[in-house]
Amino acid sequence: MKKKSLSSRLVGSPYYVWAAIFIVVPVIMVLYYSLTDRNGSFTLSNIADLRLYADTLVLSVWLGAIATAVCFVISYPIAYILSRAKASTQRTLMLLVMLPMWINLLLRTYSWMTILEDTGIINSLLAKIGIGPVHMINTSGAVVLGMVYNFMPYMIMPLYSVMTKIGRNTIEAAQDLGASSLQVLCRVVFPMSVPGIASGITMVFVPCVSTFYISQKLGGTGYTLIGDVIDTQFTNNARNMGATLSLILMVMIIICMLVMNQFTSDDDEGAMLV
Amino acid sequence: MSDNNIIDLKNITVEYDGEQVLKGLDLSIRDGEFVTLLGPSGCGKTTTLRIIGGFVEPDSGDVFFDGQRINGVQPYRRQVSTIFQRYALFPHLNVYENIAFGLRVKKVPEKELKVRVREAIELVGLRGFEKRHIDTLSGGQQQRVAIARSLVTRPKVLLLDEPLAALDLKLRKDMQVELKNIQKTLGITFIFVTHDQEEALSMSDTVIVMDKGVIQQIGTPQDIYNEPVNAFVADFIGESNIVDGVMLRDGLVRFAGQSIPCVDKGFEKNEPVDVVIRPEDIDVVEKGKSPLSGTVDSVTFKGVHYEAIVDVDGFKWMIQTTDLIREGEEIGILLNPDDIHVMKKSEYSGMFGDYSSFSDEMDTISQPDYDPEGESLPAEDEE
Repeated sequence: MKKKSLSSRLVGSPYYVWAAIFIVVPVIMVLYYSLTDRNGSFTLSNIADLRLYADTLVLSVWLGAIATAVCFVISYPIAYILSRAKASTQRTLMLLVMLPMWINLLLRTYSWMTILEDTGIINSLLAKIGIGPVHMINTSGAVVLGMVYNFMPYMIMPLYSVMTKIGRNTIEAAQDLGASSLQVLCRVVFPMSVPGIASGITMVFVPCVSTFYISQKLGGTGYTLIGDVIDTQFTNNARNMGATLSLILMVMIIICMLVMNQFTSDDDEGAMLV
Repeated sequence: MSDNNIIDLKNITVEYDGEQVLKGLDLSIRDGEFVTLLGPSGCGKTTTLRIIGGFVEPDSGDVFFDGQRINGVQPYRRQVSTIFQRYALFPHLNVYENIAFGLRVKKVPEKELKVRVREAIELVGLRGFEKRHIDTLSGGQQQRVAIARSLVTRPKVLLLDEPLAALDLKLRKDMQVELKNIQKTLGITFIFVTHDQEEALSMSDTVIVMDKGVIQQIGTPQDIYNEPVNAFVADFIGESNIVDGVMLRDGLVRFAGQSIPCVDKGFEKNEPVDVVIRPEDIDVVEKGKSPLSGTVDSVTFKGVHYEAIVDVDGFKWMIQTTDLIREGEEIGILLNPDDIHVMKKSEYSGMFGDYSSFSDEMDTISQPDYDPEGESLPAEDEE
């Protein structure tokens, strides 16, 4: 017994070293910086200063929530259709869902800029048929669009994963017992896909709230999010305030994951939560 | 059991990927009957059931329910209910809510719902399990939930797709009795699909034997066993020796080099026929006391009887007897006229009923429904 546990511990050791260096140490460093001032002495003033950023925090959560909701509404039917398609069709469609992820996030966001700009692709097309120009870039809508576009695969994948586990027989049994298509959806498919919904929401909401690049490029100066603030703090060498903001973001994300974990039972492999 | 038909299938044809699964199937099922569709996998029995349930649309032909054509009617509008092979229970609901499902979607008032669910739970003997999660139930208990879930909606016809296949032998026997009792109590029509001939014989009012998308024979269990129409049915139901013969005239058939009196008639003079002799009908007597004789090749003790493979005129017969016989012994074989069943030649002639390469293992492997992977039915979604 002892020998086995020793060897299994040895096998696991690279991971522990890795986790210590790349997870534990950085978290301690964030904690340290957030509780000290520029000279390294202890202070709580950073935490007190958080109130200056309350609006930004609220805006980040608000836009993140909207983007997550939009993602969910679009992804759910896509995932359902995907899961009910023929195996070969499923592979092709899945590839199409994943394909944008092979292109760099920056590049994709820049592309959206050229599409949405006042003199961009959409507006020049609209001008040709005599409409517009419609102002799209540097609006909250553009930021949400960027988030939805970039993070949608993270919603589709966990949903698709739980839905493929709902057998055709289960759906037929519901129809057989008198359930119409809508009732099958509400009473069987939806409740059975809750674990996937929970992990999809987490996997989209977390990066949406903490994103900084998308909001800078598509939101201009009007939509500075918490991620942008942290970015500016660190580039302006104000790392103590930056660390405090990171810490508060981390706490929010942990709370979000704890809440979402309530909806995923342990034996649901479809859920992708840690 | 009443005389009017609850289900009529007329000239049903179904094709999957260019392969004909059902070839012009005609079938009538009377109200209140316990009917079994029996056959090897791929014979079309599950497809037939799914047509009645509304999950498969026939390429041609008509489906009637109580005299009304129901082609194209959605499953949820049909007065039939299916018990699926792997039960297909709802994993997110407990036992009570699984059973209540059909009533909830039909918006049955809560008060009535409670009474009906309670009745169904009592009927299948699951009292005390209401709050249990589906995952915590045994196979037999899950089976009961599936039965209760279907019956609570009061269907006129219950379709059962190999419902006992996943249970162990003992439980399967118990459930056979229980299902039969439920059917008698409720008096509704049960259409039961199985590849287990014993199950079919012991439970059914009517057995429908199918192969290759065609109905081979319809009859009572006794008819099917005693008067099989061809070599396929004779071999699929129980053990049979099927030998080549010639019908000399009414009541006299020649096989194994001897002319033997029988009770069959209505054949042409000197018509070539298949002769079926059930192993348990054969009497072993001293050599010389009967025109037929053979040499014992092997003997296996089976508990109830001995099972012997006997060489009769170059053809290997199976004989089941309680008399002690030894390998190498010459024995006489006595057949009463009603031990012999004569069948017309069919496409199956010569394919079955010879025990020359017989062993228990071989028997399993050469069964038409043998599948080393376990289950692989066409038109079945594997979960």
